[in-house]
Amino acid sequence: MRLQYPPNIRIVRVPCSGKVDLIHILRAFEKGADGVCVLGCLEGDCHFNSGNLMARRRVEQARDILNSIGIGGERVKMYNLSSSEGPRFAQYATEFTKIITDLGPNPVKLAKNKAA
Amino acid sequence: MIVADKKPIEEIIEYLKDHSNILVLGCNECVTVCEAGGKKEVAVLASALRMHARKEGREIKIDEITLERQCDREYLDEIRDVIDQYDAVVSLACGVGVQFTAEQYRSTPVYPGVNTCFMGATEERGLWTERCQGCGQCILATTGSICPVSRCAKRLFNGPCGGSTDGRCEINAEVDCAWQLIIDRLKSLDRLDEYETLCPLKDWSKDRAGGPRKVVREDVQQ
Repeated sequence: MRLQYPPNIRIVRVPCSGKVDLIHILRAFEKGADGVCVLGCLEGDCHFNSGNLMARRRVEQARDILNSIGIGGERVKMYNLSSSEGPRFAQYATEFTKIITDLGPNPVKLAKNKAA
Repeated sequence: MIVADKKPIEEIIEYLKDHSNILVLGCNECVTVCEAGGKKEVAVLASALRMHARKEGREIKIDEITLERQCDREYLDEIRDVIDQYDAVVSLACGVGVQFTAEQYRSTPVYPGVNTCFMGATEERGLWTERCQGCGQCILATTGSICPVSRCAKRLFNGPCGGSTDGRCEINAEVDCAWQLIIDRLKSLDRLDEYETLCPLKDWSKDRAGGPRKVVREDVQQ
């Protein structure tokens, strides 16, 4: 298929989006990620029944926390797609990269770099 | 168990604005079960506080420890060697844990990280409901194991008030009438005749009306 998507995305593979915990998302921001995008299977299609639904709730929790501390909840987002949808993955990757590029760098990372 | 709810992060940030060496102290008991103050919540709060401080350009140290309990001295002793490193503690235990930690470490401010709500049960994940007010004189034996002290808005002891409609309480249509529950329960136990027995005046001095309470058990004291 040789699809193109932005190269500045780091993919972290997990066995199911339900494996993604709230602290994993927060740690990514603490370490300087500008955005975190959780990709899960389509709702209703989870092999473990509710993994992607749990992931969605955790993304919402992360969004609330990021809003509370002034980092911006819109930096975390969840997309649902099936594993065979390569073009859609490329589309979401491009779309999310655009959202984050428009938002600018993670303020935590900026402050850290300034201090260093 | 004791049920607590998370405090808004903004409130905790406000408590800690003048501190730079902070210990986030979790509790492995009730607050872990109600997902308000266990190891996971400690990690999340500490991470959020670190990010907020860094964003504000403040250099602060935030460590995380979760004790087995904060309401027993032997567990609180586990932080005795490190407590002097911190100028503040945020305790994610219930109000008991916050106070007991403060009593053990008198020179360190201890702030609450959760709102302690009640003694209750887990109906389902994310839903906890009140079951006991610790009134000090349990009457569950005569009320079909349903507590009118904690579950009746008026704490009535001899049947429902006029506000009971279709098994619901007048304070809120979502609240069950405790006395309807009691009557239904006695019926299903075939013990409805007990409903006729008058409940005598309750000794409220064993409740909060008598001031702070204590339990003394000389038989187990050392």
